[in-house]
Parts: sequence; structure tokens; C-alpha cells
Amino acid sequence: MTAAPLAEMRDAWQHHATRIAAVRDEVAHVRTYDLAFRDPATAARFSFAPGQFNMLYLPGIGEAAISISSDPGARGSISHTVKAVGNVTDALARLTVGDDVILRGPFGTPWPLAELRGHDIVIAVGGVGLASVRAAILQIAHDRASYGHVAVLFGAKAPAAMLYEREYREWRDRGIDVHVIVDQADASWSGRTGLVTSLFDDVPLDGSRTGLICCGPEPMMLAVVRRAEAAGLWHSRMFVSMERNMICAARLCGLCQFGPEFVCRDGPVFPYDRIARFLAIPNL
Amino acid sequence: MSSDEQWLWLARPALQHLLDVLAASGHRVIGPQVADGAIVYRDLDSAAALPTGWIDEQDGGVYRLECDQAAGTFDHVVGPHSLKNFLFPAREMFETWNRDGDGWQQTTPAYDPAPLAVIGVRGCDLAALAIQDRIFMGGESIDVRYKARRERLFLVAVNCRRAAATCFCHSMGCGPAAAPGHDLALTEVGDRFAVEVLTAAGTAVLHDLAARTSLEQLSADEIVAVRRVPADLAQAMHARQPEPGGPRPRSLDTENIRDLLFDNLEHPRWADVADRCLSCANCTLVCPTCFCSSVTEVTDLTGDAVARERRWASCFTLEHSQMHGANARPTTASRYRQWLTHKLAGWIDQFGTSGCTGCGRCITWCPVGIDITEEVAAIRQSPAP
Repeated sequence: MTAAPLAEMRDAWQHHATRIAAVRDEVAHVRTYDLAFRDPATAARFSFAPGQFNMLYLPGIGEAAISISSDPGARGSISHTVKAVGNVTDALARLTVGDDVILRGPFGTPWPLAELRGHDIVIAVGGVGLASVRAAILQIAHDRASYGHVAVLFGAKAPAAMLYEREYREWRDRGIDVHVIVDQADASWSGRTGLVTSLFDDVPLDGSRTGLICCGPEPMMLAVVRRAEAAGLWHSRMFVSMERNMICAARLCGLCQFGPEFVCRDGPVFPYDRIARFLAIPNL
Repeated sequence: MSSDEQWLWLARPALQHLLDVLAASGHRVIGPQVADGAIVYRDLDSAAALPTGWIDEQDGGVYRLECDQAAGTFDHVVGPHSLKNFLFPAREMFETWNRDGDGWQQTTPAYDPAPLAVIGVRGCDLAALAIQDRIFMGGESIDVRYKARRERLFLVAVNCRRAAATCFCHSMGCGPAAAPGHDLALTEVGDRFAVEVLTAAGTAVLHDLAARTSLEQLSADEIVAVRRVPADLAQAMHARQPEPGGPRPRSLDTENIRDLLFDNLEHPRWADVADRCLSCANCTLVCPTCFCSSVTEVTDLTGDAVARERRWASCFTLEHSQMHGANARPTTASRYRQWLTHKLAGWIDQFGTSGCTGCGRCITWCPVGIDITEEVAAIRQSPAP
């Protein structure tokens, strides 16, 4: 007896060959890699939505789940902003233009940008979490008239960790209200110091018409959710991006489980309502 | 084929013919055998290697084989192996890559596994197979190697007529009768087996078998009596009580179990079990449904030839929950909670079924005898308000 086959059944390990088309240094230990598909048909066909991620594979080294940070409307190459924090990401940091990267994806749930049309949006992110919302920021900028006030609240560890800083002016020019804060200031810093939640004080908020997009460590996301609640935002319009260990990204390896959810398939972007009871439990 | 032709008597000495027919049709034949002090699945070419006259006494952290003159060929229950060991092997090379002048090329050879026939599969393990089918071939992304093996699998099931104290298939609706998905079902009666034929593949095997040995049809009364064997055992399992000095017969109350567990994620029992749990992962290794895996890169000295090996992973290890710079489940309490709540609660959300079939292996093979039924009962006894 075999299970009924699904029309869309596919090999979990299907991959695409890419070459590094460009590398940009962002902040310390963080680079952006533009990857170009070697197969022109794949390049033409591949599409993703902001919030989704790819598995980047270096044969002999391993695979890492990396969110896609480029403009979803752009064709030719797709960008991944990667912090060198482990085996695969360290090896990636040693590669250069022309080197091979094997890619699987895109995987996961996107930010609910269509659902949030007509609303104000607060995008609250910490550290390299900004990479997982960059595609959303660019898509909102393309469709700017569909949204009300759109604020990016970005908390970096230090002034030197101000990811995508050279792009903030363009984002602001395109109607995105960008606010930044650092944990640890230095002599170069004249801006705000503190946690990203403090930045809620700097933006006009009407909780009844505002959606939340949030990505960062779990304690930070919980703090942001509490702050957004205080500002009157509805749980049903809060969205968070979760991280777990991931091997297959195809709901088969089991490592990314979070309560009853598979973060690779049911997430990484979750409606807060759906996971609130699990996010509140330490070490789940 | 009319319905009474689906039931045939096979004498115990004629079991060898069944093995021969399966081997002759190209199957690798696996069956239960005594090895290393346990009954395990191994390649089987002689029916004499089957564990006739052996039974297994099982309890928390206890597994002991005993000779029993009265025991038949399949009066043992389940050992540490299950179908998982063959359909979803502990280690498997699944991809190869080679680097040449044009970069990395995938060079994975086509996968063409020999058909596998397994003798002596129980209801709990058939249920586990159906669960793993949902995991590996029931979604959008599938494990193509699992599927290839699965499609070439021939199953000779056995209706249990004896249960160990650790067996609680009756609580999980997974036994002791064999179902679903098998080709033939054997029920041991005296010196012979009643063979029930359930599939076209089973019919073909019986056709070949009939050429080698006489196969008498069961009478209608005999069919009724044979059907009663697992039904009587089920009834006995529901009614069984602990014998003085004997192991506690297991059962599990599954009523509303998903909500019970998810409502008690901070129950003090998790810390209590963590004081006993060694986080050794034995339970996940012997569990016939546990499916977590990770991938190891295996390279040659040049680094230009790479094989990727999928290996079983266990939620009891720190590696399982390691993230960049943090671990999602750093304590034994959080890891045991993950295992038990996934098995009995999250699994229902994920696959529409419990992840437990009541086979009892996790109880038997736990070195300290932690008992999944006892942990759930403790939480049920004093749930969070």
C-alpha cells in the first residue's frame, strides 16, 4: 500500500547551480552575495516573496538557511546577506566572484504584504534580522501608495553594525520612515541608544490600523510584541519570523520544529496569534 | 479470487517455501532472529533461523529472552529493530558531487534498490510504516529513496497472540491485529499458519507457493476462529491487571491528549523526568516513527569528490536544536518535553495522527526505564489549572 501521490510531489533535494556575481562588504563579518543562476531558464522562472529563504550549499562544507534580501521584482541575480557565524557561513566568506554556490529554494512563508495593504506598518528588527525584511521594504517602496505610514525601527549592537546604512537615504526618499538605535554607543554616535522597543516612542502610532513585522532574537521579538500591544496594535496584525536549526527545509528532517510547527514550511513568518502560546514558553 | 480463497493453511515446515518464493522473485528477505541477546531483523534464508520457541520478557529498561517449549515461531513481540531500520536506514549516502573545470556537478547515481520482503511485521509496526509514509511521501517534498524502497516492499505480517507488559498498541488503536498495508497476514494456530491474502502481490506469491507445497483452504468456521486470535488478545490487553511481582501492563489514556500536553508545557513533571533522563537518545533510535535526520558531508582528500550522508538525528542531542549563537533546547527537561509532546501532541497537528503506535520500545530500551505512559499519566493526574 502506498500513500496517494500528490500532483506536486518533488524531490526534497532539488537544487539550482549559481555563481557569485558580486560580493559587497556590509558591516563586520557580514557580506551580501549576489547569486546568478547558471541556467537561464531557471533565472527567468525563479521567483520569491519577501520573507522567504534559500538553502545555500557548498559541497563538502554544508548548507545554511539564508533569507533572500534582494528586490523581488529584480531579475538576473538574487541577494543574500550573510553573517559569518558558523561552518558554512565562514566558508562562504572565503568565496569570491565566479565561485559556485548551490541553491535550493525558495522556502517558507512570506511577510503578509498584500494583507497589510491599506495599513500603517511598523517593521521592528534587530541585527542581521534587517536582511530578512530588506526585500519587504523594497517591495513596499515599489507599492508605496498602498500603505499608510511605514516605519523601520532598527536596533544594532553598535554604530559599526549599522547594516545597509548607505541605503537608508534612498529608503527615506521613497517614503519609508527609518529610525535606528544602538545598544552600545561610541564616540562616533550621536543618535539614540537603547533597545529597539524605545523607537516606538518616535513614530506616530494608531494601533487600530497598524501591522507589525518583526524579526530578531526571541526575547527581542517578545519585547517588541509587548510594546506593540501597549501601543494598541492587534495580535492579528502582528507577524514574527522564527529561527530554528534547519537541514532539509522541506519538512522532512524534523530539526526546525517549534511546538507543532515546522519553521521551514509553516514559517519562518508566523502570525503572532498562531504561535503566541509557544513563544511564551522558554526553551521550546 | 473469492473470499474463502483468501485464507489458506501453511504448515510450519512449509515456511521455508515462502522464503524461497520471495527470494526467487528477487526479494531480499528479512525476518526476526535471535542475535546478540535480542530478537532483531536480519537477512533470512532459512526458516530454521526464525525464533521458534523464544519469547521476550520486557519491562522498563528490561529485555530478556526466554525459551518456552509452548511458544510458536512468532510469540515474541518487538525487538529493537523496526521497519524504519530498512525503509529509513540510520545512515544513507543520498547525493554525490564532483568538482571539475566547470564547477560542481551533481553525480548521484540512479537509485534502484532491490525489493525487500519482511517476515513477521506486527500491527504496531505496520501503523508506524503508515505514519512514516505520511512523513516521507505524504507532502509536497518527498524522500525519493524512501519512496523507491517503499514501492518495492512486500510485507508478511503476523497477528500477535501474546503481548509484552510494555505493549500498549490497544491504547493507540494500532494492534494487536495486523493492519494496514501488508500483503499477507499469518496467524499461528498449533503447528501451522493461517495465511490471509490481502493484495495482488500477495496473491502472486501464494500462487508460486502453491506450486511448492499444498495449501488447504480454511473453512468458514476456521476463519472466524482465526480472526478471533488477535481480537481475544486485544480484549485481554484491555482487561489485564498487574500480577504480584510482575511488570505493570501498560496502557495510555489518549483522551484529549494533544491539549493536555500543550496546556502543560511548564508542568513540574518535565523537571522530574529530566532528573532521571540521561538524554541518551535510545528512545528515538528504537522508535519506529522518529524521523529526524541531519546531513554529514563526506569528502575525499582533494575535496573535489563529496558524498552526502543522511543520518538519524535525535532531539535528545544539543546538535538537534543548535542555532547561530544559541541553543533552542539547552536542558534535558526541554529536550524530553520536545520528544514526548512532539510524539503525542504536535504530531497530530503535523500529520493527522499520533506519532506513537504503542510498541513500547522506548520503555524497554530506556536504560533507566522511563515510561512514556507513566509520564503522561503523571501530568494527567495533576494538570495545570
